Formats: sequence, structure tokens, C-alpha cells
Amino acid sequence: MAPVDAASFHDALIQRLGSERVLTGAAPMAAYESDALTAFRARPRAVVLVESAEEVVDVVRLCAAAEVPFLARGSGTSLSGGSLPVDDGVVIAMNRLNRILEVDPVRRIAVVEPGVVNLAVSDAAAPYGLYYSPDPSSQSVCTIGGNLAFNSGGAHCLKYGMTSNHVLGLEVVLPDGEVVELGGDSLEGVGPDLVGLFVGSEGLFGIATKITLRLLPRPETFFTLLAAYDSLAAAGEAVAAVVASGLLPGAMEIMDNLAIEAAEAAVGAGYPLDAEGLLIVELEGEKQQVAAESELLLEVVRQSKPYLEHIASDADDRMRIWKGRKSAFSAVGRLSPDYIVQDGVVPRSRLGEALTRIQRLGERHGIRVANVFHAGDGNLHPLILFDGRVEGDLERAEELAGEILRLCIDLGGSITGEHGVGMEKRQYLGEMFDDADLDAMRRIRTAIDPGELANRGKMFPDAEAPALLSHGPHPLEVAGVISRE
Amino acid sequence: MIGTVHRPASAAEVAKAAGGAERIVPRGGGTKPALCAAQGADVLDLSALNGITEYLPSEYTVTALAGTPLADVEARLAAEGQYLPFDPLLVDAGSTVGGAVAAGANGPGRLRYGGLRDFLLAVAFVDGRGEIIRGGAKVVKNAAGFDLPKLMVGSLGRLGVLTECTFKVFPHPESCATLRVAGLAFDEALAAAGRVGGGAVELECLDLVHGAAGWGLEIRIGGRSHALEARLNRAADLLDSGASTLVGDADTRHWRARRELHWAAPDASVFKLPVTPATAGVLEQVLAELEAARAARIYSAGIQQAFLAWPAERSADLPALDRALTESKLTALALRAPAATATKPILGYRSGGELLRRVEQALDPAGRFGRL
Repeated sequence: MAPVDAASFHDALIQRLGSERVLTGAAPMAAYESDALTAFRARPRAVVLVESAEEVVDVVRLCAAAEVPFLARGSGTSLSGGSLPVDDGVVIAMNRLNRILEVDPVRRIAVVEPGVVNLAVSDAAAPYGLYYSPDPSSQSVCTIGGNLAFNSGGAHCLKYGMTSNHVLGLEVVLPDGEVVELGGDSLEGVGPDLVGLFVGSEGLFGIATKITLRLLPRPETFFTLLAAYDSLAAAGEAVAAVVASGLLPGAMEIMDNLAIEAAEAAVGAGYPLDAEGLLIVELEGEKQQVAAESELLLEVVRQSKPYLEHIASDADDRMRIWKGRKSAFSAVGRLSPDYIVQDGVVPRSRLGEALTRIQRLGERHGIRVANVFHAGDGNLHPLILFDGRVEGDLERAEELAGEILRLCIDLGGSITGEHGVGMEKRQYLGEMFDDADLDAMRRIRTAIDPGELANRGKMFPDAEAPALLSHGPHPLEVAGVISRE
Repeated sequence: MIGTVHRPASAAEVAKAAGGAERIVPRGGGTKPALCAAQGADVLDLSALNGITEYLPSEYTVTALAGTPLADVEARLAAEGQYLPFDPLLVDAGSTVGGAVAAGANGPGRLRYGGLRDFLLAVAFVDGRGEIIRGGAKVVKNAAGFDLPKLMVGSLGRLGVLTECTFKVFPHPESCATLRVAGLAFDEALAAAGRVGGGAVELECLDLVHGAAGWGLEIRIGGRSHALEARLNRAADLLDSGASTLVGDADTRHWRARRELHWAAPDASVFKLPVTPATAGVLEQVLAELEAARAARIYSAGIQQAFLAWPAERSADLPALDRALTESKLTALALRAPAATATKPILGYRSGGELLRRVEQALDPAGRFGRL
């Protein structure tokens, strides 16, 4: 039991924020009970709407004093259940902390609050010819704070990396309310990379209140190539050939027939419906260099014998190609009432083997699996289709999802490339790491947060976090605002 | 004045040595003496942990034991047309895989794709309790568990002794060439660097070099051979004064000498300082006030880091440099220091103290590796 009683804890929250910014009760809190991992739902004790870093510090201190667990939440687009409330804990809603404090074209940085939406950073940087590189599919709604906590990726991570490669400095509130500054404005640092440790820590080390991001010059030009194949394996071999050629594309994506069909039905991207494997390769950069590279790319891809190739003719054509790819997941919703997205990584050279085995697993379970993946970095996104209204379907789908994760570990990869462990994959973390590895992570966690208040129940296999089971698409997904990637 | 020297040949032997010592300092090639000065502690000589354990060119990954000389890794990669894009320092001098990661220092080429932190995928290390711990994964993309590989970058041997590291590697540019402009004033050079660095041409290196005749601007461009000349011309168009060009072996040798720190006097203390185009002028001010404006120095990697060679005859003034840096919110990592100069590894401003203290408590509760 908390040393402070529930009533006085609530009074203290209201005294600090005002009653209109402390939500309690089923109806006002309904939107916060789940995130984009819709199979789980939990009811918090309260949701607080903070508007400044000082308020975050004070709320965290109140929670620490009362030993009440808490977590920060952005737009709730986590696919791993990372922003799922802790039962009876406090949800700190960060969306109002959404100011872009500075965009500096000389240092090429943006300093932002955590509630700023990913795409808003690139919009603010655009007048200077700069952009923020990590591009999760939900980038029009997901927040930088959430991206940071889960080290989000996107389609364009092959060349310039994920979120952690673009965060330079942080101001964070540790779980006891202590405020520390990490990193700075420079790409270089001195001493242990604490910014690197904090990014991707899934909210377990506290809450970032100010974030310095690195901006990149917008590529002068793109060369986007679409190639269609008779088999998924042939598309995979084309990726291997591009890698072997010494080219470094900005993105290399593959979709299978089911995913193509769904994307076509949803947005009409002009994909060939009869393709078994569709490859998108994109070169980016300065004109002369891209022109030289594109000759080589075409030569390499033609040797892989696609039955059809298409080069994006202009910016609109390129956008259409990417729109199909980025909407593929939500489009799959047309094929099935429910689905689970997996996020495992395998060594690139074993993609073909992984896909064959996933196919076989799906057949054995009698479950359809659509595949969309970041082929350039071996990051699979199998979409496991099921119908939650059918007794036992969800359990079968989850069992298949688990087998796919084990397959990724078996092939020498990872259980997650960019979605994080969160709630969803906790039981598999112990299969990827030895006890000594997990024990070291646990020691770091408890040294930073002895009471395990910050996002309790996430990431660690044995973490306690009871949650109610539910299903159905995320409300924002129904509205077509977010998609899963 | 050092204790026992251990020379473990396996991670298990590292664990045994680390678990038994009161104070222990890991040492790789010893190329950054300021970071492996033992001073009464036991020394863990990692040179027997030598070898590339896995190299998969098609995966862009290479794994090597911590004591492996980086020269061996680079040679192996070069045979497949690949390289370490963070551009490690002191490779010819004998720098090792583990030493480079623990120091967390990168060369001028880190400008193009990123530094060590961006290319370290997985680590194995022994913590202060003698446990062998693995973090990360040997694939180019991974978000599972805490990012222990990044924590080890720049940890200076104080959080654990690295035994194995996996890096992401990239294909090497087909050819490179360099434009050089000499005799600029500092502000002029900085402005030109801003124009070229902010232009469309993607650069491998962008350094400002202090010399007797003012500042030199050096711009390295790499990529497909037949596009190189047009790209050099494009960059040169952004400069006010005429540039000379280095190509082929001359270009390679030039940048090799840069990262080997050949430009610094052998007896000078050499520091790395994170900077930005906005704080480079602050460091210039600090040096002017300390009457050290003649110290050899380079603003490197698009003016994101400075390398400063502090003259041996001014060693007594290092505490003054430390104070001035702290006041200016600048930080310096000592890479080299004369044997007689017992300087701290980190001078100037420090951040993250409270978080670091908790991490040290978790990984090295008895303080065997010493506190930062």
C-alpha cells in the first residue's frame, strides 16, 4: 500500500494542476486505457494533462512520495503496448508539452518538447532545407517523446539510423523527480553515452522533458525504383545483389502478394496485383551522385530479372509509391477484422529462409500472414490476421507470433527492430538474453528507480502488470489517422 | 607504480581478474595513455583477446575480440570494399577495438554517417562484479532491452571491461578527393565551412586546421568515381578563394596522418572536445585568454569536435584550462598526456552526473574500475 492515502494523493494532483487537468472515472479516461497494441487494456488511477516541464517534475515527485507508479504517454501509437497504463497508476499525458523551442540551421538542431509530433519537426525545419530523418509510419501523429522512449525506426533507417542516432541532448526527470541534463548540442560527446542509454529505455528511466534533435539536409534528389517479381525469394535475392554491389540506398522495402493486394485496395498506389514480391529501392542525395548510383542500381536490379520495373517519374509518383507502402498495414485491416504486427529482425541473408518458415508456420496454424518488411536491414513485419470474435483465434494468433519471434532469435536476430519490447514481447526478452544480461539490465533499472515506479511492468519478463484483455482496432486507426508499422 | 599485470586470454579470465582486484585498469594498445594510466591499480592487458570472430560482408557486420588491433579489422574489411565509417583514431599506432569504443573518440570521417555510437551494434563486457554481460544484437537493427552498447561508448573502462564488439560497417566510397584552401581568418574559414557543409554536396570530411599562416579549410568528397569531378567543382564554387586538390594516394595519406594525430607534437597533451559551429568560437576565446592561441588544433567533422594539442611546456597550466572550460560549458577528453602529467581523463563541464552515479552503482558497486 502507498504510504499516502488515495484521497490525499488525488487532492495533491488537483492542487497542482487544477481539477480540469486531472481526469478520473471511466468515461474521461477511456481513450487512455489502451494503445495501438489493442489486445490489452488497463485502467489507470488518473490521467493528468501536463503543460510544462515543471509540472512533470512535480507530478513525478508526488508519485514518488506516494509510491504510485506512473508512465508518460504521447499519442498512444505504441505497437508493443509501451504506453498501456499501469493498473492503478498515473498516466502523464504529454501532448500539451508540444512546443518547438528552437530550430537552428547553423548547428542543424531542433530543440523540442516531448509532445511534439514527429512530422512537425520536419515541417519546422523545411524552410532551412533540413529535415528530421526517422520516419515511423505513424509520423503524422506519433510524438518525439514516444519515439525516444522506444527508439522508433521507419523505412529510411538503413543509411542514417533510428531515433537514437538522431538525439543529441536531453533534459530528463528521473523516477524520483531528480532532473538531469544529458548530452548537448554536438554530435560528439565525452564520457559514457547516457543519451544513448536513455533512448529506447521504454520509459523505465523516467521522462524526457526537453529533447535536442539532429537535423539533416534534405536530399537534393531521389531515385525510386519499383520492381515486381514472380517470387518473394527473387525479390530477396535482388536485395542481396544491391548490397553486394556496394550501393547504400536510403530504403529497401519488400511487400508480399497479400500486402500488395491490401495496399492497392486501400490507396491505389499502382502496384502490380499479380506480383508475388514487390521491391522498392530508393537512392537519395545530391544529383550527380544519385545519377551515377542509379545507373549501377538499374544494372544490378535488371540482373535479378524482375518481370516489371517502374522508375518514379516525379515527386507525386514517388509519394504514391510510398503511400502504398506506408498504408499497407492499416490496409490489411480490409482483409481481416484483427491483426497482430510482429517486428523481428533476422540477418539480411536469411530473409528468404525466414519468410519460408513463417509461411509454413502460418499454414500449420491455419492463419494467414501478410508480409511487409524493411529488407535493407532485415526487419520483418509479418501481419498475423485473425478474427477476435472467433473463440480461440486471438490465442492462436499470439502463439504464431511467439513462434515467429523464436524463429528470429534462432536465426541470430532480434525480437524487435523498432517497436520495442513493451508489454507484448516481455516473455521473449529472456530468450534473447541470458540471465546475467537481464540481471545487469535489472540492476541498472533498480539503481535508477528502486521503487520501479516508471512504466512498471514493461520490458522485463517477470514484471508484474495485470491487464484486462480486449481487442479491436485503435480509435485513431479506425479514423485512418494512424497505421501500424 | 602499477600493481599486477594480468593478460587474460578469454572473457572468463577477464572476469576472474576483474572480480579479484581492488582497482583494475583495462588497457588495449595503449595508444591513448591518458585513458589507461594505472597509478597503483592492477592492469588488465587485453592484447591476448585478439581476433575477428565473425565477418559477414553481406550483413554489414563485423565482430572482433576487444584486443584486436583496428588495423587488422580495417584490412579485412578493405578486402571486401568495406570500412568503419566512424573513422577510428590512431589505427596505425596500434589502437584496438575495445580501446576505441571505451574512449569514444572518432576521426574526421565520422562526418558522413556518424560516430562509434552509431555503428556499435553489440558488446560483451565484464562488469565490476565479474559477470560477463552481453548487450545489443549482431544485426543492423535492434531495439530489444536497454542499449548497453551505447552505454559502453566513452565509458573509459569505468563501467566494464569490453571483451567483444560488433560493428555495423558500410561499403567504402569508390574514390575520394580533397579540396584545400589555406590562409583564412578563423571567422572566414568558419563561414566557408558553413556554406560548404550546408550545401547539397555530401561530404566525407570537413575540417578547419590551424597553421602558421592562418586557418586552412579541408573538404573531402567521396563516391562514384565518374561523378567525383563534377561534385568537387560544385563544392569549390561555394568557396571565395581558389582551392588545391588532393587525389588518390595523396588524399589517403593526408587523412591517415590526420587521424594518427601526426600533426600534434609527440610530447603534447592531446584533447578531444565536442563543439558546434556556435561554440568553436568560444573555445578560441578560451585559448586566447590562456595565451595559448598558438596551440596546434583542428576543428573536425563539420566543426563537431576539436582536437587540441596542449604544449608540453604549458602542462602546469592544465588546471587553468580545466577551470576555463568549465566556465565556458566546454568538455575535453584527454587522449594523450605526457607521463609526468597526471591529468584527469575529463576536463571541464560535466553533465548527467546523477544518472551516471546510479549506473556506476549498478555495474561496479565496489568501484573496482574507479569512478568517473
